[in-house]
Amino acid sequence: MIRVEDLWRTYQMGDHALHALKAVDEVIESGEHVAIMGPSGSGKSTFLNVLGCLDSPTRGTYYLDGRDVAGLPDGELAEIRLRQIGFIFQSFHLVARLTAMQNVELPMIFAGVPAAERRARAARALEAVGLSDWSGHLSTELSGGQKQRVAIARATIMGPSLLLADEPTGNLDTHSGAQVLALLDELHRAGRTLIVVTHDPAVARRADRVLVMRDGEIVKRVAGASVTDLASLFDFGEPTP
Amino acid sequence: MKPVDLAGFALRAILTNRRRSGLSLVGVVIGVVAVVTLTAIGEGALRYVTDQFRSLGSSLVIVAPGRNETTGGLPAAFGGVPNDLTFEDALAIQRQVRAVKTAVPIALSSAPVSQQERRRQSPIIGATAALARLQRYEIAYGSFLPETEIDRGGAVAVLGHTVARELFGNASPLGETVRVGGWRMRVIGVIAERGTQFGMQVDETVFVPTATAMRMANKSSLSRIILELNPRSDPTAAIERVKEVLVDRHDEEDFTCISQDAVIESLGSILHILTLVVAGIASISLAVAGIGIMNVMLVSVSERTAEVGLLKAVGASRRQVLLVFLVEAALLSGAGGLLGLFVGEAIVHVGRLLYPAVDAQTPLWAIGAVLGLSFATGVVFGVLPAWRAAGLDPVAALRSR
Repeated sequence: MIRVEDLWRTYQMGDHALHALKAVDEVIESGEHVAIMGPSGSGKSTFLNVLGCLDSPTRGTYYLDGRDVAGLPDGELAEIRLRQIGFIFQSFHLVARLTAMQNVELPMIFAGVPAAERRARAARALEAVGLSDWSGHLSTELSGGQKQRVAIARATIMGPSLLLADEPTGNLDTHSGAQVLALLDELHRAGRTLIVVTHDPAVARRADRVLVMRDGEIVKRVAGASVTDLASLFDFGEPTP
Repeated sequence: MKPVDLAGFALRAILTNRRRSGLSLVGVVIGVVAVVTLTAIGEGALRYVTDQFRSLGSSLVIVAPGRNETTGGLPAAFGGVPNDLTFEDALAIQRQVRAVKTAVPIALSSAPVSQQERRRQSPIIGATAALARLQRYEIAYGSFLPETEIDRGGAVAVLGHTVARELFGNASPLGETVRVGGWRMRVIGVIAERGTQFGMQVDETVFVPTATAMRMANKSSLSRIILELNPRSDPTAAIERVKEVLVDRHDEEDFTCISQDAVIESLGSILHILTLVVAGIASISLAVAGIGIMNVMLVSVSERTAEVGLLKAVGASRRQVLLVFLVEAALLSGAGGLLGLFVGEAIVHVGRLLYPAVDAQTPLWAIGAVLGLSFATGVVFGVLPAWRAAGLDPVAALRSR
């Protein structure tokens, strides 16, 4: 379970402070599928990075499975990212010089998993995303959809309970995007907490809940099924200029 | 994170940028080659010199008149004129010092040598039969000086190769007469061509019995007494005993005793220090190479910023990221060290083929030092880039491209 209270993330820009997150309070239950939406600059990626322990809040508390992780030292945060959290990025972030298999193995290298076990597990993970035949290919030889599936295999290889995806289909065509979303749904159904940052109402609709952010605050919480279009979602009851 | 995986990961990164990695290696290679070849030459020179000494005989002690040569005592003017070194001294040493197998009295001078119209100036060495054995002279014709009492003279001469050729051409000089400083001498032998040995030009020299040489040069003192020690005797103890005998006879230590081992030793240590100094200078180039590696690693870190962000996102700690880049730098320089060692040894090998006399060989300590040093170069100069990588903010790093 994720619980954040009075969460702030402030960037000091010269002599004025930019609040990327402003007093965010939220609870996300284990196994929930949550989408975060909002215009660019609304703080959704910052929120995701803080939830992923990649970024530390300037103020506030963050309980991850009951443990206050807000002020942990780097080593412990790395350990949490390694074992409890899986990241999926819009731009995939595969290491170009490594094969699909080696990319999936990466987290296990940092976890000190022996080579033989690493390869067996990576092979299974690639099979699960339908890329068995591509395990020996360099990531540069893969299509966008294939890259993202490798990235999903990598994100799940350590068996994390929390999956964070930042615009996972943002760089993909409709077909590949659908494949990726189907995979994410599958992972969610297997019991993982899934938090997706997206611009796409179709992606958000799959979520149990949608958090709408604006200027660093969560301004709306709606059911995923109720999402129709961005205009109504981002209608904050003000006249548009 | 296992060392093998760390090395594998670093190696893949190095191999991705072959040209850049290769170029940064060259610096290390040059430094290592310099150290390897220079120390090999130094050690080769050391061995060459030592061998030259050893060829003079196993264990020799040289006694010279006057004590100002190495001991640094009062100059002769204060200590009085030193006593002559005499045949009696040589005989006393031979009789009273058990470690001494043979004492060879030596008288050095120079005189004109002529045969009919042909004439030349030659160094004259007064010696006894044993010298040929001690100096490993090979006799081309006839024999060396006869075995007699060491103080016994005789009108016989043994010629060096060049002297014999200049005075007699191709004719055999055996049994012929030469004039040495006005004395008529019968030639009884010719020494085979030998070349220069420590500036002693055996080929140019005329050997006569010591007593004869002293009379010819009108000298009262021997120039040297060369003592051949029994095998397995202790040179230091022998020298002490020789000193006792001579002090007893002269009432003071007005002579100098040098063991050949001591000379070899001090010469050896001088050459060794020279080698070290040269190697030290050569290893400065390793520091320069280290800066090359640092530069390459800095470029690599800034190119791979996004990768660093990803590594952190999948769970690499700051420490692990630091290690990844540090190992990469160390592998680069270590590989340069190995390659340099290989190239350097190849050059040394070719040098040995071209100049077999100087048996150039890189000493083990230099190999160990240079490998350790090149490895350390990578670690030291890799710290800054690795530190920079480890300190990257993952969020910002992931956003870079």
